[in-house]
Amino acid sequence: MEYAPQLYSTALRMTRNAADAEDLVQETMMRGYRSFETFEEGTNLRAWLYRILTNAFINRYRSKQRRPIETDLADVEDLYLYKRVTTLENAAVTLSAEDQFLDLFTDDEVKSAVEDLPDTFKLPVILADVEGFAYKEIAEMLDIPVGTVMSRLHRGRKAMQKQLYEYAQARGLVEDPQDSH
Amino acid sequence: MANCKETLEELEPYIDGELSSDAKEHIHGHLDGCVDCQQAFEFHLELKAAIRRKVNNDELPPGLLMRLESCLKEDFDGDGTVGDPSDR
Repeated sequence: MEYAPQLYSTALRMTRNAADAEDLVQETMMRGYRSFETFEEGTNLRAWLYRILTNAFINRYRSKQRRPIETDLADVEDLYLYKRVTTLENAAVTLSAEDQFLDLFTDDEVKSAVEDLPDTFKLPVILADVEGFAYKEIAEMLDIPVGTVMSRLHRGRKAMQKQLYEYAQARGLVEDPQDSH
Repeated sequence: MANCKETLEELEPYIDGELSSDAKEHIHGHLDGCVDCQQAFEFHLELKAAIRRKVNNDELPPGLLMRLESCLKEDFDGDGTVGDPSDR
């Protein structure tokens, strides 16, 4: 039960819906108890539960969704948010206050930026950035090679940064580049 | 020591703590002497921390814990049957 709040939070990002998230956590805990003999003593219980959660999510929702493909995300340039924040001339923030800049985003904006990613990219981002799992653990959970974890993580993070920048523009925190010249 | 291009390419695995100690040392050495890369590093480190802080704070619905507990009690006392053996 110790992990229920974290599992629920992750399930909510995955499903974007409280009722579905509750069902997913319940399924995860039940499966976990049912197959507890397959858990190896001394290994990471939290990672084991997350693997069950991830699989339950994929099995439950795969049929409803488009088949995830690598090219499902428009390519975004590297260091997307950083480059824009550091070259702003009339930003509401200065670079020395970059941590404060990030605090300007509301929890809901950051949650949406994560949730709006296609599942292929969303799962690695949640597992790495929110839950802090190692690449190897994520590779095992998603049953993909470590190199694929890295590339999906990289692309997912860039897409998330682009979304955050768009929120900042929409709220007038940064100027629209089209107006600057 | 790594150059700027190599450092920025390895920034994510560096922040994620996924580099070997040698590779980590190369990046660390470069960051020590390069203000620009150091700034990019700090930004992305803070971004990762901000995501974690802002995304991981949903409250568990009050009914869920009870629902989980009752499910587990019904079915998972370890004997493979429904119900608490002491009730039988």
